[in-house]
Amino acid sequence: MSRSILRTVAIPLVAVVLGLLIGAVLILSQNASPSTAYTALLVGGLGDADAVLRTLQKATPLIFGGLAVAFAFKAGMFNIGGQGQLLIGAVFAAGVGFGIDGLPMVIHLPLALLAGAIGGAIWGGLAGTLKATTGAHEVIVTIMLNFVAGNLTDWLSANPWKDNSGNNIVARTPLVEDSATIPTLGAVPVGFLLAVAAAATCWLVLERTTYGFEVRSVGHNRNAARYSGIKVGWIMGSTMAVAGMLAALGGAVESLGVDGRFEAGVNVGLGFEGITIALLARANPLGVIPAALLVGLMEAGASRMQFKAGVAPELIDVIQALILFFVAAPIIIRWLLRMREDTSEQLQLGAGWGKS
Amino acid sequence: MSEVLLAAENVTKQFPGVLANDDVSIRLRPGRILALLGENGAGKSTLVNVLFGMYRPDSGQVVIKDETVDLHGPDDAISRGIGMVHQHFQLVPPMRVVENIVLGDEPTKRGLVDLDEARNRVVELSERYGLEIDPDALVEDLPVGMQQRVEILKALYRNADVLIMDEPTGVLTPQEADHLLGVLRELTETGLGIVFITHKLREVLAIADDIVVLRNGKVVGETTPSQTSESGLAEMMVGRSVVLQVEKSVATPGDVVLKVNELEVNDDRGQIALDGLNFEVRAGEILGVAGVEGNGQRELVEAITGLRHPSVGVMEIDGEQLTSGSPRQITKKGVAHIPEDREKHGVVAVYSVAENSILNRYHRRPFSIRGILRRDVIRGHAQDVVDEFDVRTPNVLVPASSLSGGNKQKLIVGREFSDEIKLLIAAQPTRGIDIGAIEFIHRRILEQRDKGTAVLLVSAELDEILGLSDRIAVLYDGKIMDVIDAQDADREKIGLLMAGITD
Repeated sequence: MSRSILRTVAIPLVAVVLGLLIGAVLILSQNASPSTAYTALLVGGLGDADAVLRTLQKATPLIFGGLAVAFAFKAGMFNIGGQGQLLIGAVFAAGVGFGIDGLPMVIHLPLALLAGAIGGAIWGGLAGTLKATTGAHEVIVTIMLNFVAGNLTDWLSANPWKDNSGNNIVARTPLVEDSATIPTLGAVPVGFLLAVAAAATCWLVLERTTYGFEVRSVGHNRNAARYSGIKVGWIMGSTMAVAGMLAALGGAVESLGVDGRFEAGVNVGLGFEGITIALLARANPLGVIPAALLVGLMEAGASRMQFKAGVAPELIDVIQALILFFVAAPIIIRWLLRMREDTSEQLQLGAGWGKS
Repeated sequence: MSEVLLAAENVTKQFPGVLANDDVSIRLRPGRILALLGENGAGKSTLVNVLFGMYRPDSGQVVIKDETVDLHGPDDAISRGIGMVHQHFQLVPPMRVVENIVLGDEPTKRGLVDLDEARNRVVELSERYGLEIDPDALVEDLPVGMQQRVEILKALYRNADVLIMDEPTGVLTPQEADHLLGVLRELTETGLGIVFITHKLREVLAIADDIVVLRNGKVVGETTPSQTSESGLAEMMVGRSVVLQVEKSVATPGDVVLKVNELEVNDDRGQIALDGLNFEVRAGEILGVAGVEGNGQRELVEAITGLRHPSVGVMEIDGEQLTSGSPRQITKKGVAHIPEDREKHGVVAVYSVAENSILNRYHRRPFSIRGILRRDVIRGHAQDVVDEFDVRTPNVLVPASSLSGGNKQKLIVGREFSDEIKLLIAAQPTRGIDIGAIEFIHRRILEQRDKGTAVLLVSAELDEILGLSDRIAVLYDGKIMDVIDAQDADREKIGLLMAGITD
């Protein structure tokens, strides 16, 4: 058992090391010191309570986004719609957050989160339902829904829900009420705890419930799932709804815990990072947590690294891309480790094309 | 003429974890038919692939026409006169016979394909070998037996002196198979040598000059038809004595369990696959459905088990109308289903043996309570299935993909038989599994019948149908040609019906 766990984590782990090594070469090529740069990166991400808070804050939407991809993948679906689902979650949570006042926090905050979650569930469920009923490929539909969500949230924050205080000309909502703001416990934002709880819940649902068994059966062998009496269409629709809900919660936590409002353009691209995280975690809901923490740490420490070592912060993107490259092309690492081909499930970028 | 047409000398071929061929030697002389017999995984395909240049042996050598050769690929083998007819034909259905035969080796005139010349050569070839064929027919319009003839002509066109035939009779009716054996015998009179791969013992005895039996990658016996018998060959293949024909008592049919009335079902392309079917299966009897594959068997099984919805007609199980019922509603009625394609429908390959043992039962007590899976109960259940149905596996937590075909099938049968069932739908229940497992599964199916289960057995293996059924329905082109009592049935009679011929 422990051996198989070791094999599972070996590839992402080696990928990280290789990414950092090549990153060090790039740092050297800029006439900077890799040790100074990486030390600054670590201090920037973990050095004090503020740094830890920054890392955890960055990691939170990444966990949700990673789960949104990983959960859908378990049913054999490729959810590219994290960005749109996140925006929908962010704007609806903000809408309830600033639009209602006079409620106690125990009601207002969950209500705002719920509004975001429902929005995301609809957004994701739409793609799943279309796939189940018409065969429309979820990759195409979710990509298109990303644009719809982007324009819809732009319009909402620029028109009916616009912040009209002072001479504001930015497309953004008013600040959410205090009763809808996610608090922070010391260096730990409560949103991060929510994300970890979501990851654990996903794992439990997938591994220990009959619903999870149905989801995995559909993902592994749709024909056998039909044979065993599972309603494949319902599973497709519902897993995509759950996936959308997860991504949306990431957006809701951003609005209610980090930004304090929804502002058009602030979260651009954040939803796509979920794909990176899920790949790095090899679609394991628990693996999403360390993967998100790693990426969160790098993003949190990037500016200190630039300041201390004079290395362009884009280097972080390059290292991330390298790590992804090694995870996505595990043959290189297998060759390095003399590992045999493993037949365990993997998140493949091409999954789903042409075999629906 | 050469002394030895084709030979493997001490060929050893190792794959990760498997010694597929272990010091194997065979020798084919001109004008003779060498039958290569063995169970799945015995190493027949590996050996043939070595002979055909697909694999290179780790040690040992291939001899073609008295000359030791080093084959670098199938092209090499073909140019040396080795022809292979694969089990799944390598033809282009929408093209003409002549085009298929010359494909890849076309006669040309000024850089263009010279079809007239090609046609002349094909006609000449078919006359020389007595293999009549219309060179201008489209391959897709030809019956399977004729398509196989095109494959043989393809090899002869390339001047083959050796034909390797891989399970050539699997897709044929008994009459077509007999005809093929006659054709092959005639071909050898021109000096051609044939390697004939099969698992059908009767054919081996009927046609072979020499017989080589493989087991676990080794040659375990060399014999001739006059020196052995079906049971002798079976014993060599399996390594112990086996019962080819499971004993069975007379059926005592009870009430009607499955009743099908005017059932019409379409196939995946929307064409009519089953055209007004009427039959019933009673408790305690086995109704065998015979027929060449592709005559509606798959659609019949899928319609009864809820995987496909009939367009017209009524299906009743135990008196309840369940036409277009969902697979779960039908399972709930006490219907067990051994699916035809175990990899596609029967198991989830990455799931453990334990998970597969509850594949269609996970939602019921005791395997889950209020939506939570009970892993200990599931493992215990899987262990029971493994013990009772002799599934060879290190434990119940290994993935099903690590089991052999026979063990996967026993796992499926064990799962389906672990409840009280009223109706068993068994589709190709012993396809591609070893003789020992076949015997085991046959016994279990008869046991179910004797317990009062109604059994619908769909099989392309006529021996299986004849050995197990109490009544036999022959399916041809989506219609039941006739239903006959097993006592009155013989190969000849059923074979004619399978070809759509009624007198």
